[in-house]
Amino acid sequence: MPPFLYIFLGALAIVSALGVIVQRNPIHSLLALIGTLMTVAVLFIGEDAVVVGFLQIIVYAGAIMVLFLFVIWLLNLQVEAGPTGHLALKIFGSVAAALLVTELFFILTPPHLQVKFTHQPAGYGSLASLAGKLFTDYLVAFEVTSVLLLAAVVGSVALARKLPGTDDPRVARKIAS
Amino acid sequence: MIPLTYMMSLSAMIFAIGVAGVIIRRNILVMFMSIELMLNAVNLAFIAIGNRLGSMDGQVIVFFVMTVAAAESAVGLGIIISTFRNRETVHADDLTLMRW
Repeated sequence: MPPFLYIFLGALAIVSALGVIVQRNPIHSLLALIGTLMTVAVLFIGEDAVVVGFLQIIVYAGAIMVLFLFVIWLLNLQVEAGPTGHLALKIFGSVAAALLVTELFFILTPPHLQVKFTHQPAGYGSLASLAGKLFTDYLVAFEVTSVLLLAAVVGSVALARKLPGTDDPRVARKIAS
Repeated sequence: MIPLTYMMSLSAMIFAIGVAGVIIRRNILVMFMSIELMLNAVNLAFIAIGNRLGSMDGQVIVFFVMTVAAAESAVGLGIIISTFRNRETVHADDLTLMRW
């Protein structure tokens, strides 16, 4: 990719990331987040991580964001009216973020960290090379991941279900009124 | 190839925006989205460094981070739904049951 495209995509990613935290409507935050995820996916593809870039679009920007969307619909959220949060908290958050960026610049950009470009092996970033790593060196981690996903599915169903015998407080209130 | 400094700076800025979102916003859903932003910033750093080193390990780790993020968002959204059902709020300041 030409360098100006990287600059453009980086600016787009930062603007839409800012959009996530300044929008009042959660749906707008979600749309901005999807924009960031898509831009980062394109940057992945530009960095020769083609499979991971497409996985990011399908799994992250597709599946996980639809999950967020369903939850926002389910909760029937209203747009936050008036100021969101305390002013002191906002100032503290902005200062903390600025300090963090400065610190990370100093940590991440010294010359000794600028690794030399090594010659990439053939098929770098392809599905075959990713799967080759995944099913040899990382096989145990890969299998443990399936247990993690199973636990997450069971856990989220258990969390979100209504316990027998407990009434929904909203329904109870409606009956009482 | 674009210098590593550029990719790391971009990653640092997205991460800091995520941190600011968690601190500033009080809506649990938006705080959750900011956490996803931070995860993505770290993924970007993994991919960039892995590419410079000519190693696939970075991409494999990003794959695992995505899986963990999927599990995390499923459980987190389940918690948010059950909180909303019981307290009818998604405002973090309203949840003071365990506050000292």
